[in-house]
Amino acid sequence: MALRQCAIYGKGGIGKSTTTQNLVAGLAELGKKVMIVGCDPKADSTRLILHAKAQDTIMHLAADAGSVEDLELEDVLRVGYADIKCVESGGPEPGVGCAGRGVITAINFLEEEGAYDDELDFVFYDVLGDVVCGGFAMPIRENKAQEIYIVVSGEMMAMYAANNISKGIVKYASSGGVRLAGLICNSRNTAREDELIMELARQLGTQMIHFVPRDNVVQRAEIRRMTVIEYDPSAKQADEYRQLAQKIIDNTNFVVPTPISMDALEDLLMDFGLLDEEDESIVGKSATEEVAAA
Amino acid sequence: MTQTVDQIKPGYPLFLDEDYQATITNKRELSEERADQAKLDETFEWTTTKEYQELNFAREALTINPAKACQPLGAVLCALGFEKTLPYVHGSQGCVAYFRTYFNRHFKEPIACVSDSMTEDAAVFGGQKNMFDGLENAKALYKPEMIAVSTTCMAEVIGDDLNAFISNSKKEGHIPAEFPTPFAHTPSFVGSHTTGWDNMFEGTMRYFTLNEMENKAVGSNGKINLVPGFETYLGNFRVLHRMMQEMGVGYTLLSDPTDVLDTPADGEYRMYDGGTKIDEIKDAPNAIDTLLLQPWQLPKTKKYIDTTWHQPVSKVDIPMGLEWTDDFLMKVSELTGKAIPDSLAKERGRLVDMMTDSHQWLHGKKFALYGDADFVMGLTKFLLELGAEPTHVLCHHANKRWKKAMDAMLADSPYGQGATVYVNKDLWHLRSLCFTDKPDFLIGNSYGKFIQRDTLKKGKAHEVPLIRIGFPIFDRHHLHRMTTMGYEGAMYILTTLVNAVLEQLDRETNEMGVTDFGYDLVR
Repeated sequence: MALRQCAIYGKGGIGKSTTTQNLVAGLAELGKKVMIVGCDPKADSTRLILHAKAQDTIMHLAADAGSVEDLELEDVLRVGYADIKCVESGGPEPGVGCAGRGVITAINFLEEEGAYDDELDFVFYDVLGDVVCGGFAMPIRENKAQEIYIVVSGEMMAMYAANNISKGIVKYASSGGVRLAGLICNSRNTAREDELIMELARQLGTQMIHFVPRDNVVQRAEIRRMTVIEYDPSAKQADEYRQLAQKIIDNTNFVVPTPISMDALEDLLMDFGLLDEEDESIVGKSATEEVAAA
Repeated sequence: MTQTVDQIKPGYPLFLDEDYQATITNKRELSEERADQAKLDETFEWTTTKEYQELNFAREALTINPAKACQPLGAVLCALGFEKTLPYVHGSQGCVAYFRTYFNRHFKEPIACVSDSMTEDAAVFGGQKNMFDGLENAKALYKPEMIAVSTTCMAEVIGDDLNAFISNSKKEGHIPAEFPTPFAHTPSFVGSHTTGWDNMFEGTMRYFTLNEMENKAVGSNGKINLVPGFETYLGNFRVLHRMMQEMGVGYTLLSDPTDVLDTPADGEYRMYDGGTKIDEIKDAPNAIDTLLLQPWQLPKTKKYIDTTWHQPVSKVDIPMGLEWTDDFLMKVSELTGKAIPDSLAKERGRLVDMMTDSHQWLHGKKFALYGDADFVMGLTKFLLELGAEPTHVLCHHANKRWKKAMDAMLADSPYGQGATVYVNKDLWHLRSLCFTDKPDFLIGNSYGKFIQRDTLKKGKAHEVPLIRIGFPIFDRHHLHRMTTMGYEGAMYILTTLVNAVLEQLDRETNEMGVTDFGYDLVR
């Protein structure tokens, strides 16, 4: 099987890293050889696989060694649960430096050092927050990730971010082979969440590949720095991640997304009752003015 | 202070005039807050000590006087070696002004190279729009037949994607889809000018051959490819042509900027002249083999040729000095089946004759040298062949494997026993070494003249004269036209070195009645 490279995007805090690691554990359980490349200065993309607080990152090790040229692959690559290979790009503290450049440097390093060997079936890039600069689009440049999954929930800002990320994908899809492969709904237990995300997916021209329900076992496993699949293989939630893994293996639905306008997104949210109809007559009116008018 | 048309003095000696001297003194005393001379002398003396050297070598976060330049500079030189090719740098304008001046100070030629002038808004929104307009304008104005795109730090930090931007430019019709636009990411904060040359070369080969490998067969055109690497001695390109032609070998010199960097003043300015043709690049995978003449700086190129063209990329060292030129010619002969002709054997004999004629002057002379990895290695090899003793050997951009290879080569020769090889060190480190363990001469680019000045300041006996071989050479004319490769190049280096020794000897023995017992007419 040819190597499939997938990038996971989504709004900050939506559960990208948790979902990625659980899903990758599911793939590994199905016998797939997988590597995770964390593209987030927080370096929390591999902790559940490695049972570690935070893996030593490429940028951190490079800073210690003097330069990236002084590093070897074995310095940065760790192997965790079910032989999953783990790398963290790393980057600066908030407020200084350039995290995007860290991602570029790290991925170039991995390519030059031959980390993408023939044995691998999947590489997953777990990418920080929104597509904020060229560096964070590095994983979807030509000859890198061709499949993008967006983690989303039935909340306005998460959907807004998903739509924005789709805009980013369109830019790259026009010149290369990168495609949107689906939305992963990481449930927040909002009303009619599955229908809402399915409708968003439809409008974006893609699919909701899986609805991952909310389950406290995920948090219990996280406290132990484990994936659900490893912590409690018999849990119902473990099966959800297994299903997601299988769906990704079988997935052939790769599209250039059709991002929607802000108005269309608001209409969608109103249809599902997440947003009230705007009353133009009250815009810019102070409380006193309102009383006077009434 | 005023000058007349009939007698215009340049800065020197003009500033020695009394009025200028008074102004300079006033400025020092009234506004410069200059420390008193005793303090300055004391500090200067301290910087020449062993104690200072130890502090100097413990330096971590600071580079002083680097012996290397940045990636896009190399990319531009590489691009200049292809026919009717305009080097195009995606990024800020000032960087490109620097590349142009750097080259025209060295080659004394105008250098055609453009930038797409990214500014604040491009830093925020990405430089795609600059790329659109830049490619369209550059093609319309300067009518190149190829535009070779590299990048500055700015574009790299914000992560601009050349592949996407260039193909979008074509998709939107700013330049035709079939217009050749090889490209390479060349972040200045990684590697050096030689890395940039390697990247641009690899990018160019990739652009023209990656998807055209069907119908290609190694050896089918019967030629060999020669890849010069970051090479600024124009004579080296010429001597390669001559040697191959004398051998009767079919060959392609991939990237040859000789003509564009040495255009005659015949009344007609041309932006492009000579260079390797696109058809020659496309045909290059059909060659018997590709020889990398500066292998230490071409790892990416080697990998590409090995994995995509499936050529052996036979190992050669830089063809400098006697043995490595022998090796190079024998390798070409072995690959092509053509014998080495008498003309080259004769030339070799002349070099050996010259080496024996001069060896008594060079034997045991100590040389410090610095420059690019392959050049320094080739020069060290030749010094050992001459019986000269390399002492401080410095390369700012080389890696540990290079140092190991250098150490092994030096250990193998009786003349290499006193040598120490330094990597990732700059010219301020070398300055310390020139004070604490004085070599007889320093070999390198123009920047070494400041080490010569500083060592002279300590006293005549401490002066380390600079012999200018390397890049850049800004303060002497036409040396870039000389040759350092092949037997011819060895002759030039030998002539330069031995005459530097003899001139120094004359300077030391020309004091009448004191040292002139050694001021001989015949040397």
